[in-house]
Amino acid sequence: MSAALLQYLFSGLTSGAIYALAGLGFAIIYNASHVINFAQGEFIMIGGMASATMVAAGVPMPLAIVLALLIAMAVGVILEKFAIEPARNADVVTIIIITIGASIFLRGAAQIIWDKEFHSLPAFSGENPIAVLGATLMPQSLWVVGVAGVVIVALWWFFNRTMFGKAMLATSHNRLAAQLVGVGVKKVLLASFALSALLGAVGGVVVTPITFTNYEAGIMLGLKGFSAAVLGGLGNGTGAIVGGLIVGIVEALASGYLSSAYKDAIAFIIILFVLFFMPNGLFGKRGTDRV
Amino acid sequence: MATLLEISGLTSHYGRIQAVKGIDVTVQEGELVALVGANGAGKTTLLRCISGVQPVTSGSVKFAGEDITRMSPEGRVALGISQSPEGRQVFGPMSVEDNLRLGAYRRSGAAAIKADMDRIYEMFPILHKKRDLPAGTLSGGQQQMLAIGRALMARPRVLLLDEPSMGLAPLLVAEIFRTIVTLKEAGTTIFLVEQNANAALAIADRGYVLETGSVVLTDQGQALLANEKVKEAYLGL
Repeated sequence: MSAALLQYLFSGLTSGAIYALAGLGFAIIYNASHVINFAQGEFIMIGGMASATMVAAGVPMPLAIVLALLIAMAVGVILEKFAIEPARNADVVTIIIITIGASIFLRGAAQIIWDKEFHSLPAFSGENPIAVLGATLMPQSLWVVGVAGVVIVALWWFFNRTMFGKAMLATSHNRLAAQLVGVGVKKVLLASFALSALLGAVGGVVVTPITFTNYEAGIMLGLKGFSAAVLGGLGNGTGAIVGGLIVGIVEALASGYLSSAYKDAIAFIIILFVLFFMPNGLFGKRGTDRV
Repeated sequence: MATLLEISGLTSHYGRIQAVKGIDVTVQEGELVALVGANGAGKTTLLRCISGVQPVTSGSVKFAGEDITRMSPEGRVALGISQSPEGRQVFGPMSVEDNLRLGAYRRSGAAAIKADMDRIYEMFPILHKKRDLPAGTLSGGQQQMLAIGRALMARPRVLLLDEPSMGLAPLLVAEIFRTIVTLKEAGTTIFLVEQNANAALAIADRGYVLETGSVVLTDQGQALLANEKVKEAYLGL
C-alpha cells in the first residue's frame, strides 16, 4: 500500500468516526420520533466551542470536557422540551423545519455567547506524529477513533442490555405497542435528544484539536453526519457507523487524488446517489414482519 | 364482586368523526365480558380510550373506583390495565423473549418477572422454542400468543383483548379461545373485543353489542347468543 493511500485512509477514518457519531445522533432521534434533527451539527459545535473556551479560560481539560458534554445534553433536553414537544401534534415536516430554525438559533446564540473566532483544544496526548509505514498518524486521530469506538460499544450495550434502551428500541419499532406495555414515550423522546446531543458533543470535543471549531462548524459536520445516516439507511445504527466511515474515507480519497476543492461536495454527491439509486440506504429496513 | 372497570358516557372522535358515541360498560372483578360488533363499530377505539392511547372527548373511565380518564397510558399499565392490541403489534425485529420482557416494563423484581415468563412459556411452549428469534418471523397465531403473553407479563388486573382471533385459521382460533377460558378460570378479569361474536359470546359471562359507536344490546353471554336480533345481525343464522 502506498504511503499516500495510507495517509488518506487515516485522515478518512478520523473524520469518518466523527460523521458516524453524528449519524448515530440522527438515527436515535429519527427512531424515537421520525424527525430528522437538523440541529445535530450544532451539538457537535457546542461540544467543541464549550470545551475549547473553558480550557482557554483556565478550566482543567477533563473538567471542561465533562462540563461541555453536560451543556450540550442540557441544550438537547431544552430543545426537545420547548421546541419539539409543544409541536408534538404537528406533522413531521413541520417539526423538521423547527429543528432547522433551532440550528440557526443555536448558531446565533453561539456567536453572542462566545464569538466568531476559531478555537482549538490542545491535543489530548501531545502533537508528536507516529510514523506508520511511511505515513504519519497524529495521536489525536487515535483518540478520535478510539473514543468513537468506546461510545459505539457503550451504545450497543445500552440498547441491547438495559431495559430503558430496549424500551427506546421498542418505541421505534412500534410506538403504540410501546405505550401499551407502559413505556412513557415522552421520556423516550427526551432521552433521545439528550443522547444524540451527547454523541454529537463527544465528537465535537475529540475532533476540535485537529480541525478547530467556530460557531458555524456544525453546519458541515451535521450535513455530513446526515449523509452518513442516509447512506447507511436512516434509523439504522450499524448503517450510520458504516455510512460515516464510508463518507469520511471517500471524502479523504477524493480530496487526495482529485482535488481538495471537491472535499465538501463528496457528502452531497453521496446523498444524491443514495436518493436516486438506493433510497433505503445500505442497511435500510428489510421486511421481517409477517402480515 | 367489585366493579373493576367502569366506563360512563364515553365519546371519542377521529378528527370530526365521532367513533364512540356515549358508551356505558362495566366489568366486574373476575368476569369475562365480551364486546361484539361489526367492523367500524368503534370497538378498537373504545379499548384505546381505556388504555389512554386515544383521546376521550367526554365521559369517564374509572378503574377500581379511581377516575383515570386523563391518566397517561404508562400510568394505566402500572395500575394493572394491560392490552393485547388489534393486529398483534409485536416488536417485530426484537426477540420473542425481549417482547415478553418488555411486557413487564412497569414492574420490578427480576425473580417474579422470570417466574411469570416461565409460566407464559408453559402456556405457549412454541414461544419458548422460538424465544431467541425475531418476533416478526413468527406465524400469525404465534404472534397472537406472543401479544397475549406480553400483555400478561404486566400482571394485569384487567386484560383487554382486541380481536385475538383476527386473521387466524379456525384451529388456531379455537386454541386462542381455549387459552382465554383458561385465563378466566385462573381468575383473570378479561374484557374481550371480537368480531367473531359466536365464539366470544359462548365463553363470556356478559356481553355488549356495539353498533356504529353505541351499545345497542347487553345481556348474559348465553342470552345474547340466543337473541334473535343478534343471531340475525352477527351470527349469520
